[in-house]
Amino acid sequence: MSNNENILEVTDLKKYFPIKGGMFNQVTGHVKAVDGVTFKLKRGTTMGLVGESGCGKTTTGRTILRLNGEKTGGSVLFNGQEIYDLSNKELRDLRTKMQIIFQDPFSSLSPRLPVGEIIGEAVKEHGLVTKDAYEDYVDHVMDECGLQPFHKTRYPHEFSGGQRQRICIARALALNPEFVVCDEPVSALDVSIQAQIINLLNKLQEERNLSYLFISHDLSVVEHISDAVGVMYLGNLVEYGNTKDIFKNPLHPYTKALFSAIPTPDPKSKMNRVILEGSIPSPANPPEGCKFHTRCKYCTERCKCEAPVQREVEPGHYVVCHLYDK
Amino acid sequence: MAKEKNGYLSARESRRISKENRRIMGEYEKKRKRKNVDENEYLTTMHDKNNAVEFDNLHSYFFTDAGTVKSVDGVSFNVPIGKTVGIVGESGCGKSVTSLSLMQLLQRPQGQIVDGEIRLNRGEKAYNIAETPQEIMQDLRGNAISMIFQEPMTSLNPVFRIGDQVDEVIELHEGKGKTKEEIRKQTIEALELVGIANATGVAEMFPHELSGGMRQRVMIAMALACHPRVIIADEPTTALDVTIQAQILDLLRELKDKINASIMLITHDLGVIAEMADYVVVMYAGRIVEKGTAEEIFYHPAHPYTLGLMASKPVVGKEVDELYSIPGKVPNPVNMPDYCYFKDRCEMCLECCKGEYPGEIHLSDTHVVSCYRYYEEHKEEAAQKVNKELMAIASMAAKNDKEVAEDVK
Repeated sequence: MSNNENILEVTDLKKYFPIKGGMFNQVTGHVKAVDGVTFKLKRGTTMGLVGESGCGKTTTGRTILRLNGEKTGGSVLFNGQEIYDLSNKELRDLRTKMQIIFQDPFSSLSPRLPVGEIIGEAVKEHGLVTKDAYEDYVDHVMDECGLQPFHKTRYPHEFSGGQRQRICIARALALNPEFVVCDEPVSALDVSIQAQIINLLNKLQEERNLSYLFISHDLSVVEHISDAVGVMYLGNLVEYGNTKDIFKNPLHPYTKALFSAIPTPDPKSKMNRVILEGSIPSPANPPEGCKFHTRCKYCTERCKCEAPVQREVEPGHYVVCHLYDK
Repeated sequence: MAKEKNGYLSARESRRISKENRRIMGEYEKKRKRKNVDENEYLTTMHDKNNAVEFDNLHSYFFTDAGTVKSVDGVSFNVPIGKTVGIVGESGCGKSVTSLSLMQLLQRPQGQIVDGEIRLNRGEKAYNIAETPQEIMQDLRGNAISMIFQEPMTSLNPVFRIGDQVDEVIELHEGKGKTKEEIRKQTIEALELVGIANATGVAEMFPHELSGGMRQRVMIAMALACHPRVIIADEPTTALDVTIQAQILDLLRELKDKINASIMLITHDLGVIAEMADYVVVMYAGRIVEKGTAEEIFYHPAHPYTLGLMASKPVVGKEVDELYSIPGKVPNPVNMPDYCYFKDRCEMCLECCKGEYPGEIHLSDTHVVSCYRYYEEHKEEAAQKVNKELMAIASMAAKNDKEVAEDVK
């Protein structure tokens, strides 16, 4: 059912977190962090995932990598293999193929390990290279990610934010992965450093034919780096398609509002923006029907009771909205 | 200077610096804490009556044990009444220190205004903030100037109700002879002003019950409660999502017109600046490299740093293969070079850039740039050495400008 072209196929992925409370710590409800996400990622391309904070972008990324314990529903096929069916040992071997770059380079590096060891720890653990070749291998990876190999013995606190992010990238790439989840890799960095990191990610993708899942709330960065974009709202993937299609012709009312809110560096640009009223509802108690109906200006009676399903409006452009029913 | 060759300070050197710092800081502190200061010492006159604030050659230093950090090193610009001035720059370039100097909120005793004037317009009186003693300053903060802080999550006190926190502000500044009920009424009005629908209910809530956008609204309500003439917004939307950011920016713009205040907007997001600001100040390593109206800065950026900053930010709707990135990094603030601070990262630098820090060149009445490329005698040399990538950005902006001009016709 899967073909070799797609490195990752996610179908109707769900992840609920239990809320415990009351007497005997019973489960009183669920936070529906990810509630039906479906997309395919082609080999060697980048998929951008955008949305407001708390919409489940990060949880999606982590659930795909099986870092959040068990999923609640759906399937994640990596190279045609269901990740959640693997035994621990098989999963351990697969870990070298999929890696993650975390958001905050200031807290995701152990302060007590020198940089060389941070990068090489997993390489040793998985026995990727022989003992003799190990030092050279780490040097090579550091060099590729724009770090000086003589920095190997230094500790993370001696580096600036941009360099730390490079260390995080080197750590992920040392295992020679095929697929990397980039969880807001540039949000904590300055504009000029951002550009360096984005260029580095692009360069590495070309050299190693990597596939990225690029999670970010900065739409201009996502447009620059991705081939496909998914827009999330309250655990749902409301729209997904090619970057050009999505940015030229956004279909879902939420996507429209989100894109019109991007500030452009042009003082004369006209401001005809759609301003969303109110804020995102609680994912523990999401609205009935379409989750966006409380803030949508095209809301109809149908939206309030019936949840829309994903449909292909144009080739390769999917949207979850009743407005596009034929 | 203070740093030794291997990059570390010797214990002896470190002791010497600390001792020297204590002496300097002691002098400044003594001066600040005097009581019954003669009015003439801090009252001054504005150079232009239409300015709300004038920064004049401001120097704010931090006396640290590793040496003196010149966070703000000779900054001059004006904030006209009823206008928004945007300050852009990378982190650590002195944006926030400039604004904190205006509030006299620098981390004391290490942080001190060493030189220069900040003139604040209060109708018939004008204050020189750099000399104003503590007692008078307390009266100015909140009433004349107020500040919206960066992180709404951490700037509100988690153990007090929203209403009580806003009440406190009003009670301190305008509370003389008012009953509690009157103050609370004013609080509710302030909360309604910033678009909080259920103001009476929200006043009874704790900060953790509100979302990020709502908390930022409360912060704005607090800042505006006493009708200040100057509002400093220090990265007011950095911690917020785009949709919420749009709401907050709209609100700020609306409120500014309503009470005819001036806004000093500090941010590193060029998009936000373009949308909000009338005037833009670009800072780099404690100095202003370029200032002008928003149109001048965005359509005719002159300084190589401004050009680089614009080229390194991806823009929605513009396709580029590779983003430009400014090479190198900001120089060490303790050990600033004696030539142009940007020279080591500049791809368009000239022979003459080795000389001392460039002076200010007026490209138009409002557009000022500090760069040797715009000196009359170096113009020819500059024309020969240009970075194509960067110039493409500049010409793109200029083209935009033409299109807009045609639209107007």
